[in-house]
Amino acid sequence: MKQIFTLAYKLLVSDRGKYTALLVGTTFSVFLIVQMTSAFAGILTKASATVINVGAKIWVMDSAATNTVFGSIPMPDYVLDAVRSINGVKYAEPLYVGSALLKLHDGTYQSATVIGLDDTTLLGRPELLEGNIDDIFAENGFIAVKDEEFPKLENPKIGTEFELNDNRGVIVGIAKVPTGALYGTPTLYTTYYRAIQYIPSMRFTISYILVAPKADSDIPYIKREVARLGYLAMTSQEFQSGISDYLKYKTGIGTNTLLMTVISFLVGLSITGQTFYTFIIENLEHFGALKAMGAKGRELVYLIIFQAGFTALVGYGLGIGLATVLISAAKLRLPEYASRVTFTNLGLAFLLVLIIASASGYAGVRRVLKIEPFDIFRG
Amino acid sequence: MAIMANKLTKWFGEGDARTYAVREASFEANWGEMLYIVGPSGSGKTTLLSMISGILRPNSGSVSIDGRNLWSLSDDDIADFRLNTIGFVFQDFHLFPRLTTAENVAVPLILQKRSWQEALRAASRCLEIVGLADKAALPPTRLSGGEQQRVAIARAIVHQPEILIFDEPTASLDGETGRKIVSFVKSEILTAERCIIIVTHDSRIFEFSNRIMEMEDGRIAGFEQGVACEA
Ligand SMILES: Nc1ncnc2c1ncn2[C@@H]1O[C@H](COP(=O)(O)OP(=O)(O)OP(=O)(O)O)[C@@H](O)[C@H]1O
Ligand SMILES: [Mg+2]
Repeated sequence: MKQIFTLAYKLLVSDRGKYTALLVGTTFSVFLIVQMTSAFAGILTKASATVINVGAKIWVMDSAATNTVFGSIPMPDYVLDAVRSINGVKYAEPLYVGSALLKLHDGTYQSATVIGLDDTTLLGRPELLEGNIDDIFAENGFIAVKDEEFPKLENPKIGTEFELNDNRGVIVGIAKVPTGALYGTPTLYTTYYRAIQYIPSMRFTISYILVAPKADSDIPYIKREVARLGYLAMTSQEFQSGISDYLKYKTGIGTNTLLMTVISFLVGLSITGQTFYTFIIENLEHFGALKAMGAKGRELVYLIIFQAGFTALVGYGLGIGLATVLISAAKLRLPEYASRVTFTNLGLAFLLVLIIASASGYAGVRRVLKIEPFDIFRG
Repeated sequence: MAIMANKLTKWFGEGDARTYAVREASFEANWGEMLYIVGPSGSGKTTLLSMISGILRPNSGSVSIDGRNLWSLSDDDIADFRLNTIGFVFQDFHLFPRLTTAENVAVPLILQKRSWQEALRAASRCLEIVGLADKAALPPTRLSGGEQQRVAIARAIVHQPEILIFDEPTASLDGETGRKIVSFVKSEILTAERCIIIVTHDSRIFEFSNRIMEMEDGRIAGFEQGVACEA
């Protein structure tokens, strides 16, 4: 078969014009699909940034507010006690998530997300790049997160001061987090009590209760017990997919991405399918001559499958390369550019490019199998 | 006996539209022979040629090649028969315009699954035989009609088939070139172990034939001794 594949390769590549058109079709299709879906994956990841960065196993929240991290409905303190007394709970601590207006050193205002960590355990604390975590207890201590939004705080150093809702604040540490935030606001960590002290809040103050189970097998029981309290316990994974689902199905972002992906696929399919079919038709008499000389029908089928498959693979590689280059370039220029190339995206693009190749190949194969060598022989 | 055709019949269409292209044609061809098939247009020459070379299945009758009953073989075996036993020279050559001349000549060996290296080596030997060694790397589109015809001949002999089938080999060549090529085939390609069958309208090349078979309206109308036989 290797000989036949070499022949297939030579016939395909030597037709420069068609080969280029085929590659352009598949490359752009793959490029657009990867680009679109990666942008979407990037948005999804960033939307769950706080959930990922805090890193707790179980989140307890009001069941009416599960779409974003910032839409939490505060819970009364007794819920915390009740959760702590559930069997299988190793420990449970409150988390405050809110936003505040900062007045920076140069007098400009900047809104920021403030995360308040439980005063005794600091559960959900970030990894520090600079400073000491204990300084968070110091007077007015805040830790700034060094993500893409960090410059909006005027690139603070340890000791940088600012005003937060008319209270003094001072940076005591710089933290790094796995995922940057989607909504374009910088993030500050402080203690739970300082957060509710500085930021006006309603009667109830607990945004989330972070729970560590004794064992993973306790999770279902904890979820049931929390439900009996009238609240909702979700694993980190469930919370993230809840946020993702909200963006996917409730905001139009998902529908648009899907639509664009389908369109990219159809454009690729029509360019590639069309060109490949023309390529086969133009070579039909040659395939007929091969058949007359003794090539078997299935050998011609392999030959065409090889050509379609080869084009698909090269186009796939080029498309991914192009998408990667573009995404990297965009990330260099725009730090907050949300895009994440996931294996699912790559798999999806691969699947679609295979469908493009199969559809194009199938049309060609049908025509080639129908050729009668006698018609070629008769001229 | 190289080829024995027995009451070969082929019709096209069904019912009232049925027309006979070949009716009960029987003939024999010998090893070492160059047999011409002549006759008016539409008399069934190409159809007959197709039936004896494994390209077109007859409606009735049989073909035996070197004692083997061709049309009783499986489709794959018939394809293998064409691949191994027959060398075709088509009327309009059917060379791949984007492969080199040498690659074109190598095609039958590639279909036989020989390595490209071996196939290209054999191809350049055959191109030497037809006097085109210096054109091996060019695409056939850069060659003249006569040169392309010689490439087609080189491709037809590269796998050393016992039977060569030419349909109108000189139709697209000028008289002098046509004569030269057939003369070349006669002296260089025809051996005692080969049988060459040529369909032609071209009386200028009759002198190279051993026998001439005339067809009329799908039937074999008679044989003439070719000029070459008397010589
Ligand atoms: N596929 C087909 N369908 C219908 N009729 C056909 C088909 N092939 C051949 N015929 C008919 O069969 C008859 C013989 O055709 P064939 O091509 O064998 O003639 P020929 O002697 O080779 O003619 P020419 O010298 O023009 O090549 C013609 O009448 C032709 O129209
Ligand atoms: Mg004919």
